[in-house]
Amino acid sequence: MDFIFKGMAQGLIWALLALGVYLSYRILDFADLSCEGSITLGASMASMLLTKNVSPIIAVLMAFLVGCVAGAITGLLHTKLKIPPILSGILTMTALFSINLHIMGSANIQLNSVPTLYTQLSGMLHLSKTYLSLILGTVVCLAVMAMLYWFFGTELGASIRATGINENMCRAQGIDTDLTKIIGLAISNGLIALSGAFICQYQGYSNINLGVGAIVIGLASIIIGEAIFSKVKNFFFTLGGIVIGAVIYRIVVAVVLYFNMPTEDVKIMTAFVVIAALFVSKYANKIGKKHPAAKHDKKEEPSIPEEKEVKDNA
Amino acid sequence: MPENNTPMLSLKNVVKTFYAGTVNEKTALNNLCLDLYPGDFVTVIGGNGAGKSTMLNATAGVFPIDGGDVFIDGVNVTKLPEHKRAKYIGRVFQDPMMGTAANMQIEENLAIAARRGKKRTLRWSITQQERAEFKKMLSILGLGLEDRMTAKVGLLSGGQRQALTLLMATLNRPKILLLDEHTAALDPKTAAKVLEITEKVVSENKLTTLMITHNMKDAIKHGNRLIMMHEGRVVVDVSGEEKQKLTVEDLLMLFSRASGSEFASDRAMLSAE
Repeated sequence: MDFIFKGMAQGLIWALLALGVYLSYRILDFADLSCEGSITLGASMASMLLTKNVSPIIAVLMAFLVGCVAGAITGLLHTKLKIPPILSGILTMTALFSINLHIMGSANIQLNSVPTLYTQLSGMLHLSKTYLSLILGTVVCLAVMAMLYWFFGTELGASIRATGINENMCRAQGIDTDLTKIIGLAISNGLIALSGAFICQYQGYSNINLGVGAIVIGLASIIIGEAIFSKVKNFFFTLGGIVIGAVIYRIVVAVVLYFNMPTEDVKIMTAFVVIAALFVSKYANKIGKKHPAAKHDKKEEPSIPEEKEVKDNA
Repeated sequence: MPENNTPMLSLKNVVKTFYAGTVNEKTALNNLCLDLYPGDFVTVIGGNGAGKSTMLNATAGVFPIDGGDVFIDGVNVTKLPEHKRAKYIGRVFQDPMMGTAANMQIEENLAIAARRGKKRTLRWSITQQERAEFKKMLSILGLGLEDRMTAKVGLLSGGQRQALTLLMATLNRPKILLLDEHTAALDPKTAAKVLEITEKVVSENKLTTLMITHNMKDAIKHGNRLIMMHEGRVVVDVSGEEKQKLTVEDLLMLFSRASGSEFASDRAMLSAE
């Protein structure tokens, strides 16, 4: 069973990536590929600082901040230079590859000999690493979910949500959509870098290729989460669904590895999991949509009430 | 209107050319001049490509203009981007999808509109007091929306969405209300209802309004002033009693005299009957 718990623990830290991708992909409707670079950026930044004996908490916060900067750059490229979303993300991702190498000084950093969040906390709490990472991951995810729930309920957060739905309406209502996009992408990439900062400490090393395939992992988590929690309306639980989606994804990967499948097959299994989740979500949508839609036809879409019309004409 | 009064909206020699330097070059606004005084409710008609929508978009700052100036209540807003000009302007569009965020609740849309021209902070996006106010305003529309405040706007019909957009546009009393054929996409009965709401909202708030319509009868029936556009200019401008006595035939005649051609809008011809 230990491999399941390990998968769950990893899922909880990869969930931060999924939440970040959710912000750009779903809320802002912006397919942001810079996440592949910013997750590595978070890992590079945190591990470089850790090897310089910086406190793990500060290293994690710094990773979040540089992630925000990376996201803001993607946002600036898109809004100010009018570069299409995908290309803006690719440009940032490409540039980050060099930046990450410069930060780390090499393609790998080992963290075995330096204190990390995990070694420090397990020393303090006398817990095994797996249980500690489960608890820490849960606490961090709940905290991030709570903060996102609060933020997207504020005036600024609501205008970011509206930007992803209808930019035209936003500008007519006086929202600076360039600014809301930049803020949204900054938070998104900040969370993704935060995920990287936890991943490197959990696995004990940082690698320049850590971010390869991150976008697929993020999207897979979102798709799995949404497929399972398709009926959830509350934003907090939607976010929770994505966290659980990330955990499920990692458990699947852990199972694959446990049964000694060759490591070169992990990627193809990843693809299969996503395809399966898409299949399930399509199937779930078919069942799930039937009832609400039937209800809308009757209740939710009376054009203009007939009785009122009659009264007005009279 | 008294001469010494500052115009609420003043377009001075506004020029806008699309696709400049290509074979598709099109001068949409050709030294357009127009002054609207406080409380003016101006209906705008004109053939296809006369520059009606371009005039509204130039006023709203959707694109930069190539020449001339736009003044709102004496302030030169020519250089202000769209979202900053929104402080002064309420807008309703032809497409009912354009004015609201479909995936957000009715009350969320209203709360966003209530903050037009104000700073968006980290305070909660809607207050209990606002909810009560929105409920009251929605009930005035008479569409039953006051009981569905947390429903997603995407579930509403086109007419309901236009009425909601109109409410959103006028929630913070704008200096100018721009209506771009806001009933064109609706069926006749719903269009009449939305126009009735428009008339009510405009007169109650004494809003300075520009309303484009392709329906000549609506153009005559509503507002205190009527302008007709042709090739990027105002070619007919009637107000007061003269406007009240207008008929569709008069308008068609005025148009052919002003432009030297037949009125070239199929939709307008059809709706002229």
